[in-house]
Parts: sequence; C-alpha cells; structure tokens
Amino acid sequence: MAAIGLGHYLAVSAILFTLGVLGIFINRRNIIVILMSIELMLLAVNLNFVAFSVALGDMVGQVFAMLVLTVAAGEAAIGLAILVIYFRNRGSIAVEDASMMRG
Amino acid sequence: MTTDIAASLVIGAPEIMLAAGALFLLLLGTFRGDRALGGLTVGAVILFGLTALTLVDDPPGRQLAWNGLYVADSFSTYLKLLILVGASVSALLALPHLARLQSARFEYPVLLVLATLGMFMLVSANNFIALYVGLELLALASYVLASFHRDNAKSSEAGLKYFVLGALASGLILFGISYVYGFAGAVGFEEVAAALRAGQSTGVLVGLVFILAGLAFKVSAVPFHMWTPDVYEGAPTPVAAFFAAAPKVAAVGLLVRVAIDAFGGMVGQWQQIIVFMSIASMLLGAVGAIGQANLKRLLAYSSINNIGFLLIGLAAATPAGVSAMLFYLAVYMVMTLGAFLVLLAMTDADGRPLERMEDMAGLVQTRPWIATAMAVFMFSLAGIPPLFGFMPKLAIFNAAVDAGLYGLAIAGVLATVIAAFYYLRVVKTMFLDPPASAVVVPQGRFNLAMMVAAAVLVSPLGLLLIGPLTEAGRRAASALF
Repeated sequence: MAAIGLGHYLAVSAILFTLGVLGIFINRRNIIVILMSIELMLLAVNLNFVAFSVALGDMVGQVFAMLVLTVAAGEAAIGLAILVIYFRNRGSIAVEDASMMRG
Repeated sequence: MTTDIAASLVIGAPEIMLAAGALFLLLLGTFRGDRALGGLTVGAVILFGLTALTLVDDPPGRQLAWNGLYVADSFSTYLKLLILVGASVSALLALPHLARLQSARFEYPVLLVLATLGMFMLVSANNFIALYVGLELLALASYVLASFHRDNAKSSEAGLKYFVLGALASGLILFGISYVYGFAGAVGFEEVAAALRAGQSTGVLVGLVFILAGLAFKVSAVPFHMWTPDVYEGAPTPVAAFFAAAPKVAAVGLLVRVAIDAFGGMVGQWQQIIVFMSIASMLLGAVGAIGQANLKRLLAYSSINNIGFLLIGLAAATPAGVSAMLFYLAVYMVMTLGAFLVLLAMTDADGRPLERMEDMAGLVQTRPWIATAMAVFMFSLAGIPPLFGFMPKLAIFNAAVDAGLYGLAIAGVLATVIAAFYYLRVVKTMFLDPPASAVVVPQGRFNLAMMVAAAVLVSPLGLLLIGPLTEAGRRAASALF
C-alpha cells in the first residue's frame, strides 16, 4: 500500500474538474445540473489548492481556497437568481429551450 | 513589499472611493426607490470624475500596496482612465433607453460602479488572488447587468448564457492558477516570474494554458468567443455598449499584465497561443459578421475582430506592441461607443428599439446626421485612412513587423479587407437603399451630444490627439518592461 501523496490528490481533482466541464457541455437536460457542475469545478480547484498548500508547507493556498469558497457562494446566488427570472419568462429550465438566439 | 496600511490606503484610494461610493449610492437608491435613477446616474458619473482626479494626481513610478497584492503604475492609471470614460458614457447613455423600456431601476448605476471597481482591481492586480477577486466582482456585476431587462426573455437568456460560460471561464482560470501556485510555489506575479527564471516545469505550462484559455473567454477571443454575439444581442443595448467598451479594456490590460509581468519568462510558450488566437479572432470576427442581420450581433463580431487586432500587439511582446495596443484600445472604445449610441438613437413610432440592418435602410434621407455619424464610425472601424481608426491599426502592424511577425501582419491586413465588407454594407444600406420604416429619434439630447463628440473624435480632427495618446501609451507600456 503506497501512501497517498500529492499525485493522488491532483488526479482526483483533475477527474472532478473534467467531470464538471463535461457536465456543462454534455448535459442536455437541466440548467440546475449546469450550476452543480460549476460548483464541482470550483471544488476540484479547492482540492488542488489545499493539496498544494500542504505539499509546499505554505498557507497561501488555503487562504485562496477560503476566498474561492466565498466567491462560489456569491456566484451560486447570482446564478440561481438569473435562473429564477429566466424561468419566469420562459416557464422552463431545460437546456434545449435556451436557444432563442442562434449560437 | 509595503505593509504600511496608511501608505496602502493612499495608493488604493481610487478603489476605496469607488467601493464606498457604490455602497452609498445603493443606500440612497434603497431609500428613494426607482425614481432616483437619474440622480444616482449623475452621482455615479460624479464619483467616476472624482476617482479620475485621484488617479491623475498619482505620483509616477511603480507603487506597491497591500503587501504587494496591488500595484499602481502608469499602465494601470492609463487603463483606469479609459475604463472611467467608458463606464461614465455607459451610465449616461442608458437613461432614455431604460425609461422607454420600463426598466428604469436604480440598480443600474450601482452595478456599473461595482463592475468598475472590479475592473480597477483587475488592472491593478499584482497577485493571482487579487486578480481572481477583481475578475469575479466584474463578472458578477456583468451577469446581473446582462439580464437587467428582467421581464424580457431574450435578456434573461443572455444573462443565463453569460453566467454559465463566465463561470466556466473562471473555473478554467482558477484551475490554471492552482497549477501555477503548486509548481511555481507562489501566487504573486513577481514571485512567479522569479520562480520561472530559476526553472520552468510542465506544471506551470499547464497552468499558463488554462489561465490563457480563461482570459480568452473574458476578452472574447476565438476559440472562446461563442457567448459574445448571443449576450450582445440579448442584453439591453446600453449594457451591450458597456460590455463592448470598458470590460474589454480591463480584460485586455489584465491579459497583458499577466503575460508580460508574471509569465515574461515564458514568452516563447505563450506567444504561439496568442498568435493563434489573434489570427482566428481576426478572421472569424470578419467572416462571422458578414451574414448578420442584427446590428448588435454585427457589433459583437466586430468586437471579436478587434480583439484579434489587439492581440497582435501582445504577440509582439515588445514595448512598441503594448503601447500600440493601448492606443488601439482608446480609439476602439470611442468608435464602438459611438456605434452603440447610433443604435440607441433609433426607435420605431412605439418607442421600441430598432436593431436590424433593414431598419437602417435609407436612413440618410430621413435622419441625415445620424446616418453620417454612423458612416464615420463604420469607416473608422474598417480602418479607412483619413479617419482615426486607421492610425492604431497602422501602429499595431508596425509593431508586429518590427517583431518579425510577418505572417501575423499579413493575416491582419487580410482580415481588415474582409471586415471592411460588412462595415461598408452598413454604409451602403443607409445611403443607397430606399428608406424603410419611419425611424423616430427619441428624446435624449445628451446622447446626441455624446454621439457628435464621438464622431468628431474619430473624424480627421481627432488626429490631433495622436501625439498625446501615443505618448501616454508609450509611458504606460514602459511601466511593464
């Protein structure tokens, strides 16, 4: 049994990050899932920061992780607020319906 | 590194003023309600003016504050003054438009001030933490602004798309920052640069690629441009004008600072990426605009095209290239704000905004002055010589040739020719086609005055400004090298 080192943390967070990105692009159903994918990406980044912080013996990474958490909360609040007005106008939060404009 | 709080407070005075001002305006708005919109807009513009005064006062040289997180130099001062101009014009031009669409809510100037604060932090960031916080402050305010017209399905869809893609871009940037932190061991630009001088690793390169990709989203460079046309089309026109002007200036400035300050030791690596993005943006911006019937979409493609030209200056990675970029940014901002002012000056008899190409048909017969102003902006954006838009393009191509980037300069000239086609199509529609519907020019003398001022600035009269502008750009660029 090898000890769990920096490489393992980086691998896990890279997988989580990729899942988050794929969740945004492949997901064809629900915009809430996209919001969850965004959170997943940010959490993967936080894992990176904390792992690097411990590996380097430097506190800056953990401070950064705290900031990212705070901003992510604000981002989620604004995202949900925009989603609410979108739902009021369109009566649906399906991804396919978000195509009034080409592109 | 300074840790002296009193000194930091003085150096960071512009940001502190904006932050306090935004909160004050918000409080005022909450007490007085939506009828305070006009007063708050004037208040925001006064706040921008006062902030500009503190900037002009700044002593020359490079000043670090807040433990090296924040830097004030002539580069940031130049960009901040441009941002203030863009934000003030965007605040003023919205008043008649918002009132017409029953969207006159007091939050508009407050959000503009908050976005401006975010942009200030971006161009003064000397550390990836400050960069991230500034970026998010700008982005969060922008998402709300894009969906400001909240009873309109298109506007809310624009906000939603902007939010999802913007958050994705922030995620990419953060992921890149985490790798740079891990492999360079620091998040300050100077520390990263020092670590790169000591040795480069693949981990930092991975981080650099992610950061550049995320920043390309923010400046809407190809291949990360796809949100731009949709957001410009869906967002209220004053907001689209704001997006095309001020945040572009801030994001380009940030991109330059990160590339030159933090990753100055990896020019060879990022130059290829920037060259690719530049050529792709110029060509796609030019070709994509050709089939557009909506003028806001057309201007969105025009902004993608212009970002391509701007990136030529960064690809050169020389003081001449960066100063040409700064010159280009100033002229581009005037031209694009002018074009949006023309768009805002057109409504149909019911007060609905006219945004389609066919609405412009024969405009010269019904509204000769507005048509002439639009023709000036279009010719200038196309880069036709006697007008101002030609000069920064020339400066940028010069810098590229001096840096030995001949292919890039040739691609730029080709893209200019293609882009001229759609700019001239607008002019042709206005001057040669038979008049379409009756265009009504709504109330708003101030908007007309700003439009005339912008037209005069980009007309050959504006060439008088070349001297001071290039001098300021040169001084600002020298702060980075």
